[in-house]
Amino acid sequence: MAEMIPSWETNPILSVEHVTMRFGGLVAVNDLSFKAGRGDITALIGPNGAGKTTVFNCITGFYKPTQGMLHLRHADGKPFLLERMPDFKISAKAKVARTFQNIRLFSGMTLLENLLVAQHNPLMIASGMTVLGVLGFAGYKKAEKHSIERAEYWLNKIGLYDRADDPAGDLPYGAQRRLEIARAMCTEPELLCLDEPAAGLNPRESGELNELLLGIRRDENTSLLLIEHDMSVVMEISDHVVVLEYGTKISDGKPEAVRNDPRVIAAYLGVDDEEVEQVEQALDVVTEEAQQ
Amino acid sequence: MSAEMERPVAGPNYAAAARDAVLAGVIALGVFGPLIGFKTEQNMNNQLVVENRWGIVIVIVAIVVIGRFLLKAFVFPALVTRKANAGPASTDESFFKRNFKTIGLAFLLLYPVIIVSMLGYQQSIKWVDNFGIQILIYVMLGWGLNIVVGLAGLLDLGYVAFYAVGAYSYALLSSHFGFSFWLLLPLSGILAAMWGVILGFPVLRLRGDYLAIVTLAFGEIIRLVLINWREVTNGSAGISSIPKVDIFGWITFNVADPTYIGKILDLPPSSAYYKIFLYYLILALALFTAFVTLRLRRLPIGRAWEALREDEVACRSLGINTTNTKLTAFALGAMFGGFAGSFFAARQGFVSPESFVFLESAVIVAIVVLGGMGSMVGVAIAAAAMIGGTEILRELSFLKAVFGPEFNPDQFRMLIFGLAMVTIMVWKPRGFVGNREPTAFLHEKKSVSGSLVQEGHG
Repeated sequence: MAEMIPSWETNPILSVEHVTMRFGGLVAVNDLSFKAGRGDITALIGPNGAGKTTVFNCITGFYKPTQGMLHLRHADGKPFLLERMPDFKISAKAKVARTFQNIRLFSGMTLLENLLVAQHNPLMIASGMTVLGVLGFAGYKKAEKHSIERAEYWLNKIGLYDRADDPAGDLPYGAQRRLEIARAMCTEPELLCLDEPAAGLNPRESGELNELLLGIRRDENTSLLLIEHDMSVVMEISDHVVVLEYGTKISDGKPEAVRNDPRVIAAYLGVDDEEVEQVEQALDVVTEEAQQ
Repeated sequence: MSAEMERPVAGPNYAAAARDAVLAGVIALGVFGPLIGFKTEQNMNNQLVVENRWGIVIVIVAIVVIGRFLLKAFVFPALVTRKANAGPASTDESFFKRNFKTIGLAFLLLYPVIIVSMLGYQQSIKWVDNFGIQILIYVMLGWGLNIVVGLAGLLDLGYVAFYAVGAYSYALLSSHFGFSFWLLLPLSGILAAMWGVILGFPVLRLRGDYLAIVTLAFGEIIRLVLINWREVTNGSAGISSIPKVDIFGWITFNVADPTYIGKILDLPPSSAYYKIFLYYLILALALFTAFVTLRLRRLPIGRAWEALREDEVACRSLGINTTNTKLTAFALGAMFGGFAGSFFAARQGFVSPESFVFLESAVIVAIVVLGGMGSMVGVAIAAAAMIGGTEILRELSFLKAVFGPEFNPDQFRMLIFGLAMVTIMVWKPRGFVGNREPTAFLHEKKSVSGSLVQEGHG
């Protein structure tokens, strides 16, 4: 096993190469390189302030990295250099979707509308850049019907079909998280970046989330990259874990390898007790499961 | 619901109300008697003379007594009943409320007919022109700005600039080149939209307050250019004798023409025909604005505008080009402003920079905010209330009998305007129509409570 070259090295969807991000004197990310495999769930973990969200913002174009390269390759071989693209094009052309740490739904719009906004670009083309749509051409109606079907599919997947006509802001927290993932998936992404999807979820909701994410990996042609603090999620579902501390990569590999890496344990022991406990508990759980 | 409201829980107690009213009257007499009843004035010999004004005191006390009686006997019980009935009963809407749009539209279509049949041609001019046309211009401007402020959430305080561009486009191109209104109407819209894009490009990276300030400045720049570019715009004197609109050259409204409407239809000459024609023209333009806006809301661009108002960052993460989306909102809003402007020039026959001051922008923004951002019906009601309300003030000459011959209710316009705004915003903080209608639905259409809808941050 150990001698085998890991899949993310041979067939990466995203290669982060020597990325550095400075804010004035602060180095948030320092010469970071890692690869995310196609069809994998890659987890980016690390203590608070390690620079995980900064890496995400660089990948999705909200920040431009000070140095380095972000290289994305679609399944059909089409390459994209993300650091050179404006944020909306990264989603529209490079097909990278994301969710946010603090949920950013269109709270005054219904669930269905949220999912329709996510399909803006194909619908825009179908409406002839609005002109044909205003004139009432039939092509747009067909495209909209197709979009609504797609939205229904995702509403069913996240178990919110019955609430399709409620405003998104009325949903409970866990459902809002799931809706945000569904909204990102409606853009038909090749890479889905999730910023702490399990934050604030109770154990049952967290379990449902794992199901959803595994389902996405299984049924869609989408690779996942996620930031997570909840170790049970990380260890249970991810294929590949990258650990950051103070903006530098300290470990990279399969979950079981990373779990036993002394530097990772030290990094987590170095932070506050709660997180250490989380790690320890997660390790216990995983080892117990492994023993069984 | 109205039937239940008229039948309060504990029927009106007239005796108690009368007692209360008399008590209020005594207090009012005590307060206003000395304050208003006596007035000292200097006579020719510089002596102070006491003058009695018992008439006004009696009027005021009577208002207090009657008002208190009505409050106690009818309003308070009605409020109690309404509170008791609130909840499930109130979802049961009345016939009027359900068919409000149809009734409103029918009324607008029949309005000139009603007025003319009641007052005759000559007397109808004031009601069709000052009320009908004036209000509809503002309805159209409100609906145009609604795209920018209500849907896309971009606070534009210089909307009147596009109105001015439209008005001057028509005024200049028709008086210099003799182009017809029907050619210049779309042209003024396009020119205004062009200016919207020119303004929009540098400005739309700004957000919130900063955007508002820059658009405000843009409005002032356009006005100052109109004042100072004398060779073209004739400065503050403005452009006069702008040609009238005709019906595609077949029917005109100039008495001297052989195609004058009176000659064709064998009617006595009157300026009322032109006003009625203009009324239907602006009604058609306003309805066109409404139609396009309603269509756009159901298209991806309209949803993107609203999404932009809700959360711009999320929009970008979904691949929406926010700059282009904002620009289209700006350009379309400006285009409707331009249409309204060219109509305004044709109707007045005269344009000057005086008509395009900041106050106009403020009034249009107030109409949109008051109506409930994003709501078409709300904006129309707000325009009718605000513009119609200020026009009504001119009609209140009977108040002179109460407050003396120098009293001019028109002077209190801004005061009443401000008071009304504050009252309405306290009473209905999200405007007349605070709920948002969703643009698509799966099972049933439920309106979204205003408390969840964002106002936009630029």
